[in-house]
Amino acid sequence: MAAIAEYFHEIKKEKLRMFLTMLGLCWGMANIVVMLSVGEGLYRQFFKQFRTLGEGFVIVWSRQTSKPYAGFGIGRRVRLSEDDIPIIKNRVEEISLISPEYSRGNNNLKLGKSKITVRTIGVCPCYGEMRFFFPEPGGRFINRLDQERKRRVIFIGNGVRDDMFGKEVNPVGRTVLLNDIPFTVIGVLRKKLGWGSEEGEDADMTVIPASTFKVMFTRPYLDDIFFTPRSPEESKAAIKEFRRAMAAKYRFDPEDEQVFSTFDSIETMGIISKVFRGIQIFLGVVGGLTLIIAGIGVANIMYVTVRERTREIGIKMAVGARPGYIIGQFVIEALLTAVVGGALGIGLGLSMIEGFKALPIEHEVMNVIGKPVFSAMLALICSTILTFIGLLSGVFPANRASKVDPVEALRYE
Amino acid sequence: MIVLDGVSKVYDMGAVKVRAVDHLSLRIEPGEFVAVLGPSGSGKSTLMNLIGCLDTPTDGAYFLDDEPVQNLNRTQLAGIRNRKIGFVFQNFNLLAYATALENVELPMIYGRVPGSERKDRATEILEIVGLGDRVAHRPAELSGGERQRVALARALSNDPEIILADEPTGNLDSKSGAEIVKLFRRLHQEGKTLIIVTHDERIASNCKRVIHLLDGRIDSDTLNGNSNRNRAGK
Repeated sequence: MAAIAEYFHEIKKEKLRMFLTMLGLCWGMANIVVMLSVGEGLYRQFFKQFRTLGEGFVIVWSRQTSKPYAGFGIGRRVRLSEDDIPIIKNRVEEISLISPEYSRGNNNLKLGKSKITVRTIGVCPCYGEMRFFFPEPGGRFINRLDQERKRRVIFIGNGVRDDMFGKEVNPVGRTVLLNDIPFTVIGVLRKKLGWGSEEGEDADMTVIPASTFKVMFTRPYLDDIFFTPRSPEESKAAIKEFRRAMAAKYRFDPEDEQVFSTFDSIETMGIISKVFRGIQIFLGVVGGLTLIIAGIGVANIMYVTVRERTREIGIKMAVGARPGYIIGQFVIEALLTAVVGGALGIGLGLSMIEGFKALPIEHEVMNVIGKPVFSAMLALICSTILTFIGLLSGVFPANRASKVDPVEALRYE
Repeated sequence: MIVLDGVSKVYDMGAVKVRAVDHLSLRIEPGEFVAVLGPSGSGKSTLMNLIGCLDTPTDGAYFLDDEPVQNLNRTQLAGIRNRKIGFVFQNFNLLAYATALENVELPMIYGRVPGSERKDRATEILEIVGLGDRVAHRPAELSGGERQRVALARALSNDPEIILADEPTGNLDSKSGAEIVKLFRRLHQEGKTLIIVTHDERIASNCKRVIHLLDGRIDSDTLNGNSNRNRAGK
């Protein structure tokens, strides 16, 4: 307690010096807060974007064998067809939803005189759920009857709607021509924030039932199969079992991993999230370096303080202050300086973030950066760094103070 | 009991080595009232620092209550200064920013005396030295004599056996000085060991034993009103 009282006395005595020291700390801390928060915002924005693709799905597309098996050589093409879907459904219990996917680009979509080129996919009803293809109010996605009866119905991306019908228009029930064949619009994709799929933005996509697609484009083979595992942890097991089921049918080595290519969104998200964490750590370290410089500033000032207060240290030692007490006093002073300066810095950093959020920027870049977020975890990290810097900047000057020779110190003017 | 046995303190000043205290032996019993006199440079202050455990001897042995002080580390020495010794300096050495009360509390803080007891004791001692109405004043608001009385109160706060004073009246007018001397006599009557470095003949005349130093050695060691004796010189 006495040490704290002395500290406030010191602040009063050396106002400008204390202010400048704290300014350094304040700025350093604000830096860390902003850097980490921007990193956190980036990270969260990534997840938000990524999740618009769908929740934990796997895409499988076939290639060719790379291992000889049962008398077959390598390089044999394996092709998946719609008939494989029930087999997989039966064999692979780790899979909860599964849909075939046919895909074709450069299709003509006509309405009256307007004509655009779109990509069209043919899928089962559960695809909408897997890929978050939710319809705007007043519309629907493809359903089981569409699939069973090979109906000519089409679900269009919101971008397609904007181009053909204009914004704010509900085209449900209208007829469009897909490669000159009439289709009824059944729904429009509710706007997604996200990146869309690798074959183009979801907003510019058109979707028809897989059965209709197969007949219309006379496709014997699937482009890929889409499924979601029962739980995210089971995606690897599901892929493995998928391959075994197909190996039995198409007669290839079940251990041949080259037969199918997979895109596992869960795994990919794990990898990319690590990259973003890395970026955040990097930003934090850059901010941290600024704070270390401020910490050196504190240490410097503490050295000066120790020197100036040599006589005081001598008096205290003469009346029985143990070296440990002297160390404690100066460490507490450095720590208080760090905590006060750092707290102000956190405040400054937070207001900078708020200011940044309030900026009226509507730009694609902002979709990538997102909004900076200061979380409880970051608060904990910042406090830890601050305490560490405070201790570090106090320990060395304090140690010197404790080594003062009381006889010399009492003579010191 | 203070026992110095062939104690030397050598300061290494680069080219020359200064023997501030030179093979000095001395024994001071509890309750003695001793004046240490000598010209400047005779080693008075060094001797005080050694006795007060502010400094350790280069050579020889120092036993304080049978404890070999030269073997103690800095923390242990601080403990001894805190419990057994009270210092009074010529220039008072009070903490400028602290009140009289806080200055007197300081040794008790280091001695881990609980807060409320500390305040009570400090107030009581300040009343004893006649500063009952000055507890909340800072040193700058006090006269020289009052400051020295605060310093004396601080020296007494942990109730040490030994009071060491280095020119306690050197910066005081004669009236204030006399009051300090009066307090010393009272402490002597209460059984404290007092060792006072001084130029002031009035103080020396109040002491029971007068030691003259010269060149770091004991020149003479006399009991006031008694014949010459030399206990340490042999």
